[in-house]
Amino acid sequence: MRDRLRPWSWEILLALILVVSIVYNASRSDVYLTGDNFVNLFQLSIEKVIVALIMTFVIINGEIDLSVGSVMAFSAAVMATVSESGLWGVDVPFGVAIVIALLVSLVVGLIHGLVVVKTGIPSLVVTLAGLIGWRGAARVLVEDRSVGDFPQWFGELARDDLVGPLPFTLVLAIVGFAVGGVVLHRTAFGRSVFVIGNNAAVARYSGIDVARIKLRLLATSAFVAGFAGILFAARLGSVRGNIAETFELDIITMVLLGGISIFGGSGSLLGVALSIVIVLNLRNGLTLANVEGQVQTGVIGALLILSVLTRNVAERYLLRPRAASPLEPVPAARASP
Amino acid sequence: MSAGSGRLLRPERLKELSLLAVIGVTILVFTPLVDGYLSGRFFNRVSTSVTIIAVLAVAQTLVIITRNIDLSLGSIVGVTAYVTGQFVAAHPDVTPVAGVGLAILIGAGLGCINGVLVAYGRVPAIVVTLGTLAIYRSWLIEYANARTITTDELPSWVADLPRTTVASWGDLDLRLVFVVALIVVVVLQATTAKLRWGRWLYAIGSNPDAARQMGLPHRRLVLSAFVGSGALAGLAGFLFLARFGTINVTAGQGFELDSVAAAVVGGASILGGTGSFVGALLGAVLIDLLDQSLVRVEAVTEFYRNAILGALILLAVIGDAGLSAWFRRRRASEARPAVGTVPSPAEATPAAPGPAASPIPDHDEEASHA
Repeated sequence: MRDRLRPWSWEILLALILVVSIVYNASRSDVYLTGDNFVNLFQLSIEKVIVALIMTFVIINGEIDLSVGSVMAFSAAVMATVSESGLWGVDVPFGVAIVIALLVSLVVGLIHGLVVVKTGIPSLVVTLAGLIGWRGAARVLVEDRSVGDFPQWFGELARDDLVGPLPFTLVLAIVGFAVGGVVLHRTAFGRSVFVIGNNAAVARYSGIDVARIKLRLLATSAFVAGFAGILFAARLGSVRGNIAETFELDIITMVLLGGISIFGGSGSLLGVALSIVIVLNLRNGLTLANVEGQVQTGVIGALLILSVLTRNVAERYLLRPRAASPLEPVPAARASP
Repeated sequence: MSAGSGRLLRPERLKELSLLAVIGVTILVFTPLVDGYLSGRFFNRVSTSVTIIAVLAVAQTLVIITRNIDLSLGSIVGVTAYVTGQFVAAHPDVTPVAGVGLAILIGAGLGCINGVLVAYGRVPAIVVTLGTLAIYRSWLIEYANARTITTDELPSWVADLPRTTVASWGDLDLRLVFVVALIVVVVLQATTAKLRWGRWLYAIGSNPDAARQMGLPHRRLVLSAFVGSGALAGLAGFLFLARFGTINVTAGQGFELDSVAAAVVGGASILGGTGSFVGALLGAVLIDLLDQSLVRVEAVTEFYRNAILGALILLAVIGDAGLSAWFRRRRASEARPAVGTVPSPAEATPAAPGPAASPIPDHDEEASHA
């Protein structure tokens, strides 16, 4: 009942915001409605979009990963240093360096996941330590240098069009969201991600291997972040220790604005996809209107608060009968992060 | 640690003791590595630099206890440091009390916005403060218009504040700012332990449903925690202004996560209901001590510092989790023989199911739907 109705009404609200912002932007600028502008708009944040996909899974599962920005930098730094100076004196081909960086990211994720699962320390805390630590590890590797000099195909990967006007990364994100949507909303695995997020104890009693799913998601999260870090390096053309700093906040904002509950257990990938388009669209529009980047972040922060606030107010005054269910805990009473 | 004679240490005290032990070990480890480590100068250095993050850790703990989180602390520090700096620069004859008061007031106001949105708008704290983190910062950027406040503009009492000494023994100075941090810790520790308000904060964090059924003013309590944390962040903003003098729009960036790290290392549970202010201070001291010590070890270049810090924080929380689990097991096994013991009053257990009428008028409306 509510599971059907609520998320959809949320997505309709997002779609309305999107239409308004498109109409507004189109009225302000005549380059806005060109295909190139839309591709550009996505390409400039494509790494965040890819990480937001896995972050959606993690948050629905009732966990969070604050370390993604640092893991992006760490993975890119591993790739750059391995390709630059080799491993133990042996030169490493660039492709192998990428594979090594991806494996290292996976290990990072396994460490996060194992600590969370084995010790019961909240992922917020574990990945907070990761946020500090992996950023430090990236600095250890590249220090204050800028490591570049990548093969030509690597840079082209990020820039050149693959299908029609769409570059590789954008195609990847679209396919990723399609596959992710099916996995999350149409498979048993996806259901158990929701069930765990709703109530881990119930999930355990229904025979779901909670620890294993949490471990998998946190490991995948770091792996995807590492992958996104490599894509970011390809687009930038060089790696520094401070790349992707504070990306975690933008990514989490995209996910939460998409109607995913921070307490886990509810939301849909369609909502996140819509919210990403809204956020990028807004930034694009504000840039065209000459609003500074940091101030844009403030506007998006306000949108984030307002989106949840309006939903609460609407629920309270328009959908009042819903609150009658005695079994449902009141939202404010549930566990914070 | 405690003799098995029934007089058990409370978990908070145990956590504080284990932190003290870790701090002691840290000092022992670094003493042979760093020249002049056990000197008054090093103490002065650490005790001055820890104050800002200690006050913020206390602020964060206040909110975390109620099962919320405040990610906007860094932005509040930035806004108060800048606005207060601008004010005292424009009015050099303003008294110190008024200057500090202004900072605290601004902080409390910003905290109040957070609190109203969380308590009355029922928006999750992480969403609200993630939003205000960005909003307060971008307001500051608009407001400052790329202007930086410099030390020369400030009245001399502000710039002298970090070096003001209350008492000294040889090399070792007891700095005013450190005393301020200690007072903040002691006052909060005492009020939350003794006042009804403080006990209620723990109650709503440890079991919100039970607290609601008991009729605690849930919303006002959450609001008060956010106002308190904002006010403390305002104080930290003033300390930041005094310490650095040069303030631009990035002031305090990243402090929100530092404060969470210090609070959590200090034993505050992100799930609410647990945490002490002495612990928050010790957590801040431990992190700052590690940071300051690593700077002085020549083998550790600045690039290694964060990597080691992250690993140490993780180790500290894992060690802490292990210790707590051991403590719980021990308590459970010791409690088993005495079956009919009265549960401690601190553990708010759900009262008789659904008292129809709440004795307190401010009772949360949600509960009445049930």
